[in-house]
Amino acid sequence: MKISDIPEKEYLLPGNAACHGCASSMCLRTVLKAIGKRTVLVVPASCTSVYQGMFPGSAIDVPVFNTVFAASASTASGIKASLEKKGVDATVVVWAGDGGTYDIGLQALSAAAERNEDILYVCYNNEMYSNTGVQRSGATPYGAWTTTTWSGKKEHRKDVAEMMIAHDIPYVATASAGYLTDLYKKIRKAKNVKGFRYVEILAPCPPGWKYPMDRTVEMGRMAVETGMWILYEYENGEFRLTGLSKAIAEGKRELKDVEEYLLAQGRFAHLSQKDIGAIREYVERRWSNLAKLAGGVHAASAEFYV
Amino acid sequence: MERKLITGNQAAALAARDSGVEVVAAYPITPSTPVVEEIARMVESGEMDARLILVESEHSAMAACIGASASGSRVFTATSSHGLAYMHELLHYAANARTPVVMAVANRAIGPGWNIWADLGDTMSQRDTGWIQFYCSSNQEIYDTVVMAYRVAEDRQVLLPAMVCYDGFVLSHTAMPVVTGIGEFLEEYRAPWKVDFDEPETFGNILSSDYYMELRKDVFESHRKAIRIIKKTEEAFESLTGRYSPLLLEKYMLDDAETAIVAIGAIASESKIAVRKLRRDGKKVGLLRIKCFRPFPSTDVVEALESVDTAVVIDRSISPGHEGQLFSEIKSALYSSRNRPEIIGKVAGLGGRDVTFRAIEKAVCGEFRDGWINEVVV
Repeated sequence: MKISDIPEKEYLLPGNAACHGCASSMCLRTVLKAIGKRTVLVVPASCTSVYQGMFPGSAIDVPVFNTVFAASASTASGIKASLEKKGVDATVVVWAGDGGTYDIGLQALSAAAERNEDILYVCYNNEMYSNTGVQRSGATPYGAWTTTTWSGKKEHRKDVAEMMIAHDIPYVATASAGYLTDLYKKIRKAKNVKGFRYVEILAPCPPGWKYPMDRTVEMGRMAVETGMWILYEYENGEFRLTGLSKAIAEGKRELKDVEEYLLAQGRFAHLSQKDIGAIREYVERRWSNLAKLAGGVHAASAEFYV
Repeated sequence: MERKLITGNQAAALAARDSGVEVVAAYPITPSTPVVEEIARMVESGEMDARLILVESEHSAMAACIGASASGSRVFTATSSHGLAYMHELLHYAANARTPVVMAVANRAIGPGWNIWADLGDTMSQRDTGWIQFYCSSNQEIYDTVVMAYRVAEDRQVLLPAMVCYDGFVLSHTAMPVVTGIGEFLEEYRAPWKVDFDEPETFGNILSSDYYMELRKDVFESHRKAIRIIKKTEEAFESLTGRYSPLLLEKYMLDDAETAIVAIGAIASESKIAVRKLRRDGKKVGLLRIKCFRPFPSTDVVEALESVDTAVVIDRSISPGHEGQLFSEIKSALYSSRNRPEIIGKVAGLGGRDVTFRAIEKAVCGEFRDGWINEVVV
C-alpha cells in the first residue's frame, strides 16, 4: 500500500506538545488512523501524558483515560470488561512507552496477556525514560549514554516482544517509525484480531538519542537496515519476518553494519571499537534466535550477519 | 428477605451480588480471600451477572476497578492488609478520579512478622486518600453497609469511593445470622460521564496548580456533603428494608452516661457487653460507636460526648510517634467544645490480640494505668 492510502482524518490533532521530530506522536497519529473513531486510548505516565496537552484542552480526538505508570494493561482490562458488559463496541488500546512496558508495567502487561484480554497493547519504545529526561530502561541498548548511565549502559536490552511471543497471544508484531505504512497495516490487522495483541514500535527520540530532529524516520530505517531492530509478526503460533527484515533474511537486501547507525547518534559517540563489537555480537545472536523461530525458510538468516 | 447463617466475607460477597455489581476485579489475600472465592463461584454458576477479572495483584485490581467504573459500571473488590497497602497509589487515584468504587476490607495487621489477624492499621493508614470509610461491628452490618455504600458513593453530590471495613477473622470468618435482600433500594448506576466517540473526552491529563487545588477542594467539600447523604441513606434503608443499620455513628446507653466508651469496628460490639455489665454494677457507662471514620462526623461526636465527664477511646491501631488514630480524631473534634469531657486513649487488640468485655471493663474502670490494654482478661 501507499502512504496516500492512509485516511486523512486526524485523531491526534496538530499543535500538540510533542518535541519536534517526535516518533511517538508520529506513530500515535498513524495508529489512531488505523483504528479509527471507536478507540478508547489508555495512557500511563509517559511522554504521551505530556504531549496530549493540559486540561481543559486535549490533542487526542478519541476518548482517553490516563492512568498510573504501572497499571495500563489492568486499567484497560477494566475498561474493556465494562464496555463489553454495557454492549459498547470499541477497540481498547494501551499506548505506553518502554518504561511503562518493559519495567514498571511489565507485571500487569504479562498478566493481561496471560488472561488474553481483548485489548491492543502498543509499546512505543524509545529505548529510555524520555519523559523524565533520558534515563536507562530495560530497553536501553548496550553502550548507550543516558543520565543514569553516564559512561554507557553495561547490559544489553531485554526484549518484551519476544516475551509476548512466549505468552502465545494471538498477535505480536514489531514496527518502526521508519516505516509508517508497515505500522498502519500491522495495526489494521491487529484491530481485527480477538484477544490480546501486542505491537512494539521502535520510536527514535531526538533529544534522548542526540541526533538532529529531522532524522527520525532515517533513524527508524537505519535501525532495521542494520539489524538493530527486526520487523516481524507472530500470528496464530506462526512467526515470520516482515518488510525489510524479511528481505534481508532472504538475501534480497544486504544487512548494513551497525557502526553507521550507532555513530549517527550522540548517545553512542563515546563507544570504543570493542563496544561496537559487543553490539555486533548481540545483533548476530538476536538474528540467529529469531531465525530459529522463523523455522526452515529463514533458517539461513543467522548467516547473514557474519 | 431471607435469613442466613453466614460469615462476614459471605455477607460482603452477597451484598455485592445484590447491589447489581457489574464488574469485579480482585486478588485474594487472607482474610478477605473468601469474598473473591464466593464471587467467583456465583459468577460461574450464573447467580451473579458480573464480569470477574482475576488480576495478578491488588495494584491491578484497583486499576481495573477504576477503569471499569470510569467507563460506566458498578464495580466491587475486596482486600486486606498488604493488599490494601499495595493498592495505595490507586486509592488516591480512585478518589481524584471520582470513581465510586466500593471495596470490602477485612482488616488485618501488616508485617513483618506475618500476622493475618485483626488490626485496623491497614485501613487507618489509608485515611487521607479521599475514600469514605465505614467500620462494621457485625455481619448484618457488613451486608447492609456494602449496599448503602453504593448509594452514598454514587450520589452526585458525593462521587467518591468507599471502603467497608470489618475486623479480620473476628467478623470475616465468624458465622452470624444475616438477613439479606434489599428490595428496590438501589437503582442502576448512571455514571456522570460516558465513553462518547462523537464528543470524546480526555480524562486525567495534566492539571495546572489552579485546577488541581480546585479538584482537591471539591473532593474535600464532597466529603462534607457526604455526612448529610449518609444520614439520609441510613433513613432510606431503614424505611425500605425495615433494618436499622447505623451508617454514621451509633449511641448506646449514652443519654445519661457519665463515662462514654468510644470505639470502632468489632471492639465496639464487645464494648456493648461491657456497658451492660457496668450498668448492672450501677455505673453510668455508655458507648459511642464511630461507624464512619471518613468523613469524620465531628459535629455529631461533639453532640454525643459533650454531656459525659469522661470519654475512653479504644483504638485497634496506632500511629507510631503519636497515638491511636481514633483518639486523635475524637480529641480534635472536641477541641472547640466548651463542655469537653476528659478524654483518655487506650490501644487494644493489635495483630488480633483478643479484646474481651472484661478487659474493656477494666480499662474503663481505670485499672489499666497506661494507654495499653495488653492483657487478655478472660
